Amino acid sequence: MSLHTLTIHELRAKLRAGEVSARQVTQAILQRIEAVDGRLKSYLWLNPDDALAQADAIDQAGSAKGGKLLAGVPVAIKDVINVTGQPCTCASKILQGYVAPYDATVIHQLREAGAILLGRTNMDEFAMGSSTENSSWGTTRNPWDLERIPGGSSGGSAAAVGADAAIVALGSDTGGSIRQPAALCGCVGLKPTYGLVSRYGLVAFASSLDQIGPFTKDVTDAALMLQVLAGHDPRDSTSVPQAVPDYAAILGRGVKGIRIGLPKEYFIAGLDREIEAAVRAAIQKLVELGAEVVEISLPHTEYAVAVYYLVATAEASANLARFDGVRYGLRVPGGDVIETYGKTRGQGFGPEVKRRIILGTYALSAGYYDAYYLRAQKVRTLIRRDFEQAFQKCDVIVTPTSPEPAFKLGEKSGDPLKMYLSDIFTISCNLAGNCGISIPCGFTKDPQLPVGLQILGPAFGEERVLQVAHAYESATNWSKVRPRL
Amino acid sequence: MNYEAVIGLEVHVQLKTRSKMFCGCGTESGAEPNTRVCPVCLGYPGVMPVINAEAVRKTILAGLMIGSQIAPFSKWDRKNYFYPDMPKNYQISQYDLPLCVGGAVIINGKRIGVTRIHLEEDVAKSFHFATSSGVDFNRAGTPLMECVSEPDLRSPDEAFAYLTALKEIFISGGVSDCDMEKGQLRCDCNVSVRPVGQQAFGEKIEIKNMNSISGVRRAVAYEIERQISALGRGEKLQQETRRWDDEAGKTFVMRTKEYAHDYRYFPEPDLMPVQVTDALLAEIRQLIPELPDAKRLRFVQQYGLPEYDAGVLVADAAVAKFYDAAAGQSKNPKAISNWVMTELLSKFAESKITPGQLAELVGLIDAGQINGKIAKEVFAEMFGTGKSPAAIVQVRGLVQVSDTGALEAFVDQAIAANPKSVADFQAGNPAAINFLKGQVMKLSKGKANPQVVGEILQRKLAAR
Repeated sequence: MSLHTLTIHELRAKLRAGEVSARQVTQAILQRIEAVDGRLKSYLWLNPDDALAQADAIDQAGSAKGGKLLAGVPVAIKDVINVTGQPCTCASKILQGYVAPYDATVIHQLREAGAILLGRTNMDEFAMGSSTENSSWGTTRNPWDLERIPGGSSGGSAAAVGADAAIVALGSDTGGSIRQPAALCGCVGLKPTYGLVSRYGLVAFASSLDQIGPFTKDVTDAALMLQVLAGHDPRDSTSVPQAVPDYAAILGRGVKGIRIGLPKEYFIAGLDREIEAAVRAAIQKLVELGAEVVEISLPHTEYAVAVYYLVATAEASANLARFDGVRYGLRVPGGDVIETYGKTRGQGFGPEVKRRIILGTYALSAGYYDAYYLRAQKVRTLIRRDFEQAFQKCDVIVTPTSPEPAFKLGEKSGDPLKMYLSDIFTISCNLAGNCGISIPCGFTKDPQLPVGLQILGPAFGEERVLQVAHAYESATNWSKVRPRL
Repeated sequence: MNYEAVIGLEVHVQLKTRSKMFCGCGTESGAEPNTRVCPVCLGYPGVMPVINAEAVRKTILAGLMIGSQIAPFSKWDRKNYFYPDMPKNYQISQYDLPLCVGGAVIINGKRIGVTRIHLEEDVAKSFHFATSSGVDFNRAGTPLMECVSEPDLRSPDEAFAYLTALKEIFISGGVSDCDMEKGQLRCDCNVSVRPVGQQAFGEKIEIKNMNSISGVRRAVAYEIERQISALGRGEKLQQETRRWDDEAGKTFVMRTKEYAHDYRYFPEPDLMPVQVTDALLAEIRQLIPELPDAKRLRFVQQYGLPEYDAGVLVADAAVAKFYDAAAGQSKNPKAISNWVMTELLSKFAESKITPGQLAELVGLIDAGQINGKIAKEVFAEMFGTGKSPAAIVQVRGLVQVSDTGALEAFVDQAIAANPKSVADFQAGNPAAINFLKGQVMKLSKGKANPQVVGEILQRKLAAR
């Protein structure tokens, strides 16, 4: 039996029955990482001794046998979420040497649930990118083809879960950074509704778009993780004070009578033929399971990428201003403070981060604000309205997650605009503040690369999204196909 | 050509709250550097702000006290600029939708409009050493209210009066202690001049770095002079920011218009807008104290005080409260005012005298029980011990001698001992009687009723 291949719910059953200990589970994962991560490069930082000590504490307290949802389960964390005593570099040189002095709220929730905080996963610098090639610490590889990218920005988390080098991982999704890499690495990635999961402790890229969510091996685990992560946090004023439903209770209800919306704007020229075929087959499967298909329109879709790259960069230009070499992280001294700022930020940030800071600064500048930032916010409202109207006609919206499967390393890194289009199907969901999930729905033939199915729901529609995802997953075997590494 | 000055003030006031604007750190000053800090007010990666509800309430109270409209919906914005004293390199402030809009402060019967009051966070403090600089973040994140006046002020004295009145109002409401030396109140002045009769404003020049209210008056006065003489020399003024050097008594250029910041304000995505409900407004209205201006007017009407006295007494809320209580128990409120202003005001904090005791002392004087000179002695003892004046008078045997029999003996003694003064008086020098009066007071050990002594002396000298 290889423990590292199991899901959370499978492991929990064994832990609860006393068949395995938290130490054994942690050791199994550490061994798997040892075996594959030299090639994969999904982790930036690991502390096996500390992870095993956490596991021992759980074994000694006997809590793995109790009711805590994650007792004894190791979790990998994207390098953008603060964990006390661990580095949190956001894959940026500018945070080299920074050790987090506090726990993010989600980390506190994971600890309360008995999780073991295993290590930190690679990402695009400050979550800006779709391939993890923008990491200052090297590129993570796709477990299905080591010559290809894992997607991004949460590429390390996706690759680790996809390669069984993590049972579960946390990521963050600002424009698709959970769903797109989940699709490309063949795992389940959930982006919760804006305000459902606390952002306190998540290093902000674009505050009005960022959400933390899980990478898991199946939909049941995604529901379980959401149960742990969701809930109001007084430290995050944008988190919504409302009761958290029992997500597991909805699983297994099937899709009879569920109306599935297909946005005509999403099945476009440029969509990979094999991906389109896989997604159409998945829709057919859902219909066979009893769902109804409704054609819908999201007329402002074509503006989403433009709106996103104004709103997100504007917010990022302020969010990243704090990295100045004064209080923490990298400092490259100059003759005076202005020169120190310039040298520190000049050497600390990579080219994509600089590009976005400059773009965002420009969009907010006097004389340009109305034409760019303000206009973008207005169109954002229209995009949100598109979804509100669509969700009057359907319960969930089904689309491809990514327009193409994992591409080769370096294939798009010279062309930012081409790279930005990787998120064309995922970005609107963040702009509208809705929820969405990506689940495996097939493979391309040659090479064999995973295809993701995106299921979008309205704000706080996670139950319905999980219900549909679970029904599809239960009727297919895609989630169980693992890469040969 | 005759010029007139146009002045507007931007006043920053640190609010009197226990914790900071967006985190739980304490706001007390004087702590060791960087000991009142946490990841939030240090701008660590990943932290988020949470609004201090008490700061919002205090700002609303400040607005209500000057007659502002309280916005039912206001929001937060990021003001972007790089400076080492700014942890996030943006300040959370309020740009286009502030909490309080409009209002006014009345000075000497003139209405000085207030444009707006908004809430923001204070920055840290920089220290510069021989070869390095340091930043103390204890102050960073302290709730800071900015109150912007209309350009309604026309002279340094008006600026002084406006700032004094504003300070009195905020202190009386418990909004802030407004101690300028401690940096709890800071003021930037916008000063321009224009030919009398001209409607359009002159080039606006902002002055910073005044650390007292009189400093503001001097800086504004200097700046008006400087601008007028520059125009007189045919120079053109330019919009700029200048720094006041208190020792030199001059202003110096800090930055000109082309170096003005573009703050790139945009809505703060980490905070929800503030919605002020009617219930909250009603609750805060209960907290509005009697405003200094109203109190001044009441003291004049209720206690018959001169405007001057009322102004002096009201300037300090604690003194005003003491006076109000003492005068309320006395038949002679003006005498109470005299005692408070001449004897008590300068050392009010050290006094052990209660309002009732001061009323009692004035009562003893008015009843002829003690005279003014003795009263000062009694007051001194009251001040240090907190004993009642009647008890002091009794224990020390200070009751005034008004018994004419005893006084006539003293008068006879004085007349007999000072024939020269008697002769002077009779030669037509009425002042000579004062010397004789003094001798009688001496003989009585100060206890003689001076009025009665005067009458007896007059009678006896006239009879000779």
